[in-house]
Amino acid sequence: MPRTRSLLELEHLSADEISSFLKLARRMQSGKPQPLLRGKRIALLFYEPSTRTRVSFEFAAKLLGTHTSIINAVSSSIEKGESLVDTGKTLQALGSDCIVVRHPSSGAPHVLARNLNVPIINAGDGMHEHPSQALLDAYTILRHKRSLKGLRITMVGDIQHSRVVRSNVHLLSKFGAQIVLCGPPELLPDYAASLAPGVKVSRHIDEAARKADVIMMLRVQKERLAGLKLDVNSYIAHYQLTPERLKLAKSDAIVMHPGPMVRGMEIQSEVADGAQSMIEEQVHNGVFVRMAILASCLGVA
Amino acid sequence: MVFGFCMNSKSALAIRNGLLIDPAERLEGKYDLLLKDGRVVEVAATGKLRGKTDDSFNARGLVVAPGFIDIHVHLREPGQAHKETIASGTMAAAAGGFTSVCTMPNTSPVNDSPEITRWMLDPARGAHVNVFAVAAATVGSRGDQLTDFAALKRAGAVALSDDGKPILADDIMRQTLTAAAALNMPVVQHAEDCRMTEGSAMNAGPTAFRLGLRGWPGEAESLIVERDIRLTAETKGRYHVAHLSTAAALRAVRKAKRDHLRVTCEITPHHFTLLDEEVGQYDTNYKMNPPLRSREDRDALLAGLADGAVDCVATDHAPHAAHEKNQEFDRAPFGITGLETALGLCISVLHNRHNVPLRRIVELLSSNPARVMNLQGRGTLAVGARADVTIFDPAKKWTYHVAQSHSKSKNSPFDGKQMQGQVMATVVGGAIAFRA
Repeated sequence: MPRTRSLLELEHLSADEISSFLKLARRMQSGKPQPLLRGKRIALLFYEPSTRTRVSFEFAAKLLGTHTSIINAVSSSIEKGESLVDTGKTLQALGSDCIVVRHPSSGAPHVLARNLNVPIINAGDGMHEHPSQALLDAYTILRHKRSLKGLRITMVGDIQHSRVVRSNVHLLSKFGAQIVLCGPPELLPDYAASLAPGVKVSRHIDEAARKADVIMMLRVQKERLAGLKLDVNSYIAHYQLTPERLKLAKSDAIVMHPGPMVRGMEIQSEVADGAQSMIEEQVHNGVFVRMAILASCLGVA
Repeated sequence: MVFGFCMNSKSALAIRNGLLIDPAERLEGKYDLLLKDGRVVEVAATGKLRGKTDDSFNARGLVVAPGFIDIHVHLREPGQAHKETIASGTMAAAAGGFTSVCTMPNTSPVNDSPEITRWMLDPARGAHVNVFAVAAATVGSRGDQLTDFAALKRAGAVALSDDGKPILADDIMRQTLTAAAALNMPVVQHAEDCRMTEGSAMNAGPTAFRLGLRGWPGEAESLIVERDIRLTAETKGRYHVAHLSTAAALRAVRKAKRDHLRVTCEITPHHFTLLDEEVGQYDTNYKMNPPLRSREDRDALLAGLADGAVDCVATDHAPHAAHEKNQEFDRAPFGITGLETALGLCISVLHNRHNVPLRRIVELLSSNPARVMNLQGRGTLAVGARADVTIFDPAKKWTYHVAQSHSKSKNSPFDGKQMQGQVMATVVGGAIAFRA
């Protein structure tokens, strides 16, 4: 029986474990897809809206030969009040070999993992982590940079509500990157620097962008602001990535965004569609990375 | 272990050979105790009791203390008997050495009427220890209209609180303090400015940030406590801070005491034992309201427990069914059980690690709670006092197994933890209600 495992977060994974996902993703991209998981059943349990993560996991699972089923919070028994644990037990009883879960509550995948025997893959939990996104971000960076060590990687925007940031910070820190988090105090508390070694907090995008190798822009998560009022014009003036600000970064710097983007808010279209933008490549790479995650968590690679 | 039901026993029970600690009487030494007809009838040097004895308890090597009083428990009846009943909760209380408990009004329906208060206090509920009711300060604990304090007092309520929620509006809190002061009743405040804690699941800070959980800032407590203390001065009221958790709120209480205001506070064993960083991987048995705080706050609480600024240890015993706690962290209800682990944590943490003397621990668990809640004849073993006695072994090591808890609920973060200080017998009204 192959050894299966869950992927709940990157914080507690070692650099070696992360490297093995990335290595496997490269194999997935270079070869013709193999039906490594033929006949397996993958449940995609989505409590939050998603385009790229959901489709990407679904394509990845199908390319590996699995049967997939998508369960949305609306149009399922979740709408009738079935608890997360009971929903998970139902999916397990239906023969799911793995549950991929996206949920608005931080730690929801941990609840499933504690109560079920099948591997759980975190496809984004609340404001906590988004491991597959950070893995595909690292994968994308490594297609353009020799190594993560010593890179100056700047993340700008709504840090407080971003699971992408938390996963990226944990991953990049383990490989010795210098991380700069940039945003206003209400979206970036000072103690964010305590998340991992090598993290700095900056309030000025010009300072944060200067000499950066990678700039990751983030959307302001209006759905998670919980009453916090934000002055949009001031935010744009202080934290939008413009072509001028991008010039402060290294000449070979790349621009990333986990999506969805709000053009004209955190990023200007000129930058989003410019030569240094890797935003579409990130999405493209997501499928290979998620194939690697599924194969690895189901114990076949 | 043995549980008894009969209260105010007619037979004369002697408790011999123990170390008696009665802070209210400034007594600490080798004394024997004779209990009869629900009262203490004689206190004498070891071996010198003169009264006739029917039964005898040998307390050699044990501490004999006035019965512990937990002024903050949730017994969940009426309305939530799947979590706890008055019978099951008071059985846990007896096992934890508590001879009296004050039960909070956030039941279903809320205890805002003399009828519900009387129902809770009715012997038909099968309580194993003395139960006192803290009644709602406002109708339905909705915070807009005062309940009938005089009628509630006549029905047996000892204090007023909207616990689970704060009394938030300034004018309502002012009216509450004024009306309660006229009856000499304390107002027990759950100090939380809800406008600052929406959706929050744990203490604001680095751990909440790391886990992606919304933070409950300490100011949401201290700002309410500071406001309430101003109103207490203005109204000459009696004000008690429930489950105080922050250094800033304790500073405000210290200052109020220096100003001779009638302000008191309690601290829970979990707040003086655990830190917010121990919440681990979303363990909902570490989710309570107020939340576990930072090391700085916790250290300030320990200092207050040691130096006298804090009046009581109270458990905020908050039972919840397993399926309710087995949820997403931000959806799970707040609260943990605490009656059976209170003494063990007081001895293990306060006495062993922080050199708090046993006399002070008895004061925190018995004489002070009796004073805060006006419980006449309790919290002392003076002749004529109620025959409520807690007998414990301060040196005995034991391990808490939540599966064996007498509470209907098992939501404790202390399962499997080794502790020092075990309850050996709980005597209520002169009868042994629990024996280890």
